Amino acid sequence: MAALRALRRLGASLAPRCPGRCGPLISPRTGWPQAASARSLGTSALLFSARKFTDKHEWISVENGIGTVGISNFAQEALGDIVYCSLPEIGTKLNKQDEFGALESVKAASELYSPLTGEVTEINATLADNPGLVNKSCYEDGKKLLFHFQGVNSTSMIKLQMVFLSQADRLLSISPI
Amino acid sequence: MLRAGGRAALRVGPRGREPGSGGRRRCCSSGPDGLKQTPLHAFHRQQGGRMVNFAGWSMPVHYALSHLESHLHTRQHCSLFDVSHMLQTKVFGRDRVKFMESLVVGDIAELKPDQGTLSLFTNEEGGILDDLIVTSTSEQHLYVVSNAGCREKDWALMQGQAEELRAAGGDVHLEVSENALLALQGPSAVQVLQTGVSDDLAKLPFMSSAVMGVFGVPGCRVTRCGYTGEDGVEISVPIGRVLELVELLLRDPQVQLAGLAARDSLRLEAGLCLYGNDIDETTTPVEAALVWTLGKRRRVAMDFPGAPVIVPQIKGKVKRKRVGLISTGPPIRPHMPILSPEGRPIGEVTSGCPSPCLKKNVGMGYVEGEQSRVGMVLAVEVRKKSCPALVTRMPFVPTRYHTLK
Repeated sequence: MAALRALRRLGASLAPRCPGRCGPLISPRTGWPQAASARSLGTSALLFSARKFTDKHEWISVENGIGTVGISNFAQEALGDIVYCSLPEIGTKLNKQDEFGALESVKAASELYSPLTGEVTEINATLADNPGLVNKSCYEDGKKLLFHFQGVNSTSMIKLQMVFLSQADRLLSISPI
Repeated sequence: MLRAGGRAALRVGPRGREPGSGGRRRCCSSGPDGLKQTPLHAFHRQQGGRMVNFAGWSMPVHYALSHLESHLHTRQHCSLFDVSHMLQTKVFGRDRVKFMESLVVGDIAELKPDQGTLSLFTNEEGGILDDLIVTSTSEQHLYVVSNAGCREKDWALMQGQAEELRAAGGDVHLEVSENALLALQGPSAVQVLQTGVSDDLAKLPFMSSAVMGVFGVPGCRVTRCGYTGEDGVEISVPIGRVLELVELLLRDPQVQLAGLAARDSLRLEAGLCLYGNDIDETTTPVEAALVWTLGKRRRVAMDFPGAPVIVPQIKGKVKRKRVGLISTGPPIRPHMPILSPEGRPIGEVTSGCPSPCLKKNVGMGYVEGEQSRVGMVLAVEVRKKSCPALVTRMPFVPTRYHTLK
């Protein structure tokens, strides 16, 4: 997209590398966090077991049918200081892969697509005034929004978690030329 | 490998080789990725620079400071940029001014000694081939700095024209300067520099140039210009001493290294064009709102490339005009459509970003001539939604050039 063409002009060469403390190393094929990286998360075991990463650096954490969505440390580093965050209104019904918002830094923009079908039950309103929280705390304060999933059983949840988020594609497509 | 006399310069004869090409690559070398490297490449990496490909050069986008931090630091203190990728050319010979004027739109003959100006190479269709700074030095040559992205094009243009002039009996020859080029920009830039030079920099006004020793490095050309809208200088330094100079400058805690990311957001806030985005071979100087670059004498003489197309546009109508846009909400970005108040597409954004200083979105784009009045409320289509945008004067952030009034 346009911003990424601009970014390609600058030619962001961000070699994919281990995101460090916050995020596990993602194998592009399995989409599941590597076991060895569990130690690197430093969050509670319960949260970790609930948080699933797509192979494109968004994370979803599901508890009692409510899903919480955010972006990984790698993604927020790739984007840079986030200065604008747009999220949908509460009550918005989203289908898998519907565009629901965007995160923008000074140099780049990234649309966000719903990983799952569901209804938005809560959004992280502080991000509107303080989008930088996505950078500072991508797993806690910066988590983007909460979904309520309707009629979803655990099998379909697993399948849906394998859906690739195309904005993460964009985040990765700003890798070296 | 300096010549006797200490001038690191590749003298190019009539056969004209591409600057920096051939066996004697001194100003730039190639890395394993095939990208050209400035003399400071290893230093950038050492300093944590995130390297990217810009116009075939491996350049730092930012260092340890984030983009925002670096941008704001430049406006509050000062930043040091490596801009060695740009082409620096010296034009010698009795007919150097005539030569330059055959390619650019400005009144070069009227430049005072050591005075420079922004000018434009144009083509016969009136389009802009590149923007550049031409300085008429007091050392019998013109000093020309042009864009890295147009290096081959500009070199071929200048070489070809020089050959023609010589064939007609003229006296002109070109030299590529293999110096490194640094930009030190920000409100404290000159104060920092002053501690290392004996010339009184208060007497070096905006767009003037002088050769001086800088922090013990002799023979540096210091020009009071830049690409940020702030006061500051560009320093052309012999490559053998540039690392030393950079390290000395960085000793001052006010100075931080800055890369291409900050360079782009700073210039946009200052309303400065980026060649390839905001101006290109399809835009005339009038469409690009750069009428001021057209020399007064040149407009009358009509003696620059494309004059028959460009000059009538000054008084007449243009189909499209470059404007500044300011908005809130989602940032506007290149290629987004610009819409009239009625929702009709009337143009396109060419540059845009959230302004770190203004906390609003700023951008430039071309719109139909009639819709280009300052104060008009247009709209930009951002992800299929229409967002209002105000046509505004530029610069968006006031500039702070050191002019002597």
